Amino acid sequence: MRFVDEYRDAEKAHHLAASIAALCEPGRQYKFMEVCGGHTHTIYKHGIEDYLPEAVSLVHGPGCPVCVMPMGRVDDAIHIASQPNVIMTSFGDMMRVPGGNGSFFDAKAAGADIRMVYSPLDALKIAERNPERRVVFMGIGFETTAPSTAMTVLRAKAAGITNFSVFCNHVTILPAIKAILDSPDLRLDGFLGPGHVSTVIGCRPYEFITRDYRKPLVVAGFEPLDILQSVHMLLAQLAEGRSEVENQYGRVVPWDGNTRALQVINETMEPRPYFEWRGLGFISHSALRMKDAYADFDAERIFDIPGGRVADPKACQCGEVLKGVLKPWECKVFGTACTPETPIGTCMVSSEGACAAYYNFGRFTRERVKEATR
Amino acid sequence: MCLAIPGEIVEFVPDRPGLAKVEVSGVRRAVNIGLLEGEGLAAGDWVLIHVGFALSRIDEAEAKATLTMLEGIGAAYDEEIDALRESRID
Amino acid sequence: MTIREEQVLERIERARGRRARLRDDTIVLAHGSGGKATRTLIDAVFREAFANPVLDRMDDSARFSVNGADLAFTTDSYVVSPLFFPGGDIGDLAVNGTVNDLAVAGATPLHLSAGFILEEGFPVESLRHITESMRAAAEAAGVDIVTGDTKVVERGKADGCYISTAGVGVVTDPPSGAVRPGDAVLVTGPIGEHGVTIMLARGELDLEADLASDTAPLGCLLAELRDACPGAVRRMRDATRGGVATVLNEIASDAGLAIAVDEGAVPVRPAVRGACELLGIDPMYVACEGRAVVVVAPESEAAALAALRAHPLGAGAAVIAHVKDDPSGLVLLKTAFGGTRIVDLLVGDPLPRIC
Repeated sequence: MRFVDEYRDAEKAHHLAASIAALCEPGRQYKFMEVCGGHTHTIYKHGIEDYLPEAVSLVHGPGCPVCVMPMGRVDDAIHIASQPNVIMTSFGDMMRVPGGNGSFFDAKAAGADIRMVYSPLDALKIAERNPERRVVFMGIGFETTAPSTAMTVLRAKAAGITNFSVFCNHVTILPAIKAILDSPDLRLDGFLGPGHVSTVIGCRPYEFITRDYRKPLVVAGFEPLDILQSVHMLLAQLAEGRSEVENQYGRVVPWDGNTRALQVINETMEPRPYFEWRGLGFISHSALRMKDAYADFDAERIFDIPGGRVADPKACQCGEVLKGVLKPWECKVFGTACTPETPIGTCMVSSEGACAAYYNFGRFTRERVKEATR
Repeated sequence: MCLAIPGEIVEFVPDRPGLAKVEVSGVRRAVNIGLLEGEGLAAGDWVLIHVGFALSRIDEAEAKATLTMLEGIGAAYDEEIDALRESRID
Repeated sequence: MTIREEQVLERIERARGRRARLRDDTIVLAHGSGGKATRTLIDAVFREAFANPVLDRMDDSARFSVNGADLAFTTDSYVVSPLFFPGGDIGDLAVNGTVNDLAVAGATPLHLSAGFILEEGFPVESLRHITESMRAAAEAAGVDIVTGDTKVVERGKADGCYISTAGVGVVTDPPSGAVRPGDAVLVTGPIGEHGVTIMLARGELDLEADLASDTAPLGCLLAELRDACPGAVRRMRDATRGGVATVLNEIASDAGLAIAVDEGAVPVRPAVRGACELLGIDPMYVACEGRAVVVVAPESEAAALAALRAHPLGAGAAVIAHVKDDPSGLVLLKTAFGGTRIVDLLVGDPLPRIC
């Protein structure tokens, strides 16, 4: 596959690894946060940590939209799905995410009509084909996904489709990064920036991180060599005493992002005053809702949602894991009470959540794993 | 977050101006190209696909530059190793 | 790695090995996925109720002796949607799936039964089409369908047509069952074609590809394998629900050994890979309906591979893994990129993801 396979070359990886090790200052420990859950997935799927020296550790950030979904919102979505005549449509990612009262899969088993879709446009198609039903699309994701939802709403409006609405749970990444930077127990040396979010927002919005917090940030691609090269670029910045926004993923990310995508978001959505992030708490201006002009497509206004808040379980330390204060295995309940079958916290829910990735793909007993695969 | 992968535009859908057929390793799908309006997309161009939308046009020159840079890092390291070896012989 | 991390991980590894408790009050789709949830349901409900020494071996077929004859007996139900797809239909699956469960037990299939659950309103023409596929598949596999049953349910109570088949065979050349460190693990062809074909055929994803189901009877291919390396075949499994990853996990867990997979060696057709990359799923967990995973003694690796490749159904066979002694019960993967990771059982079906 073009633009994929050439960035999975093991030989180049060995060179990069050697060069990364050479850039590390002896005795110094480096902690970099990959903000995006897609990066977490890549890191585990390809076993990238095997190429990193002990001195470099990667901290898995809050960029997994289903992991940060508060339980109350899942309950709200299930409430909507359980209303008469409703078809709830959702990406596969959301299906297993537990609210206070079960997941979409549980609601489906209890009789709700919940269907998986690949694209919000597929949800709109379901609305067109079922004019007598009320079709709701569960909008999740960061700035990467929000334009697709926005485009779909614009299309629904243009086509005069009145039985389609969006339960908008789109979140924005910058306030979450700022919340992490402002947390007192932070110890990070730099960031791998979210590549696909950056195709939309561009690279400039990260400048406050490098300027005000003096942490370098490299916008990174999603293939294994992209990650290694980005780590290399971060180490080079630190070695040279620089703190800049750099773009490793230039083949996909234009420096100024995608103006048209930003425009359609702004046309249809606006920031919420605040939004709850599972594990991180309330963060102001960190999510999007439908604008008044699109109230007819806003499931939050069409349906009377309970809007309850469900507190995270006490034993759960996801907040600390998301901030990089704790490694997944340092959480009290990791792997014993909290497993992929019975997730307690957000990080165990999605396969790209830090804990689930750690559990499933396992860095555990790494020496034995390496020995066995030699 | 945000699984997105590169695909090649193989054709435009005749009576649907906002759609293009895109191919990923032998798998084809109609993809909405409305977010790349005015980019003058043509068959043979590569785009990044996310949830049925083309989000960005892939810049072939940048892709090549990244690979060259990767090779450069490798080569620089080779030179380093060579230099190290020579200094040891001395 | 710190000592504390090591301790935590050891504890988790022990917890991982324990049988899970069934916590669900109702059946959810994951219980039918072939992964952890299915296993939990079987252990907590079916084995709890039916426990006996033959069942407790939990193989693809039950094995027992009658008047000195060593028999294999198996059953399987088919609820595939859509009923007709590129490369076959529910009828092919219903015969091949059951015949293959017998074949991997080292049995020659003798007779099949077929039970039909039909939905009111189902076209007879479609039923004829399905039974014709079953006749052809049975003929190809050398079995007869000797008994059957028909039930009709009200419209809306089923999805057109469900089929349940059972099969009995004579065990002629059973695998030894003794998987040992150093053994080679082979797959008989490219993986995931059936599962991806079905996902595409449902039409909901709007993806198109030139792909067909791999459904096929494996008896003849596996007989060739046994003839090429007599006595050296340790284990055979057909990689249906849950895909190759699930079967490897079961083999590792049964043997109390590790299996180390070489990702680069696993055969995957480009279109299967393309679809999996688009949908964010791993082909290792995608179902096949005509691929077996076989474990052979180290000295027979080359002979086994050659024998499989010489047969049309095994042309794409490959050695994908080797058995190791540690860590017990785990499947590990050396990634094509040169890293390592664990290949765990999934809880439910692999779901398309966007993030």
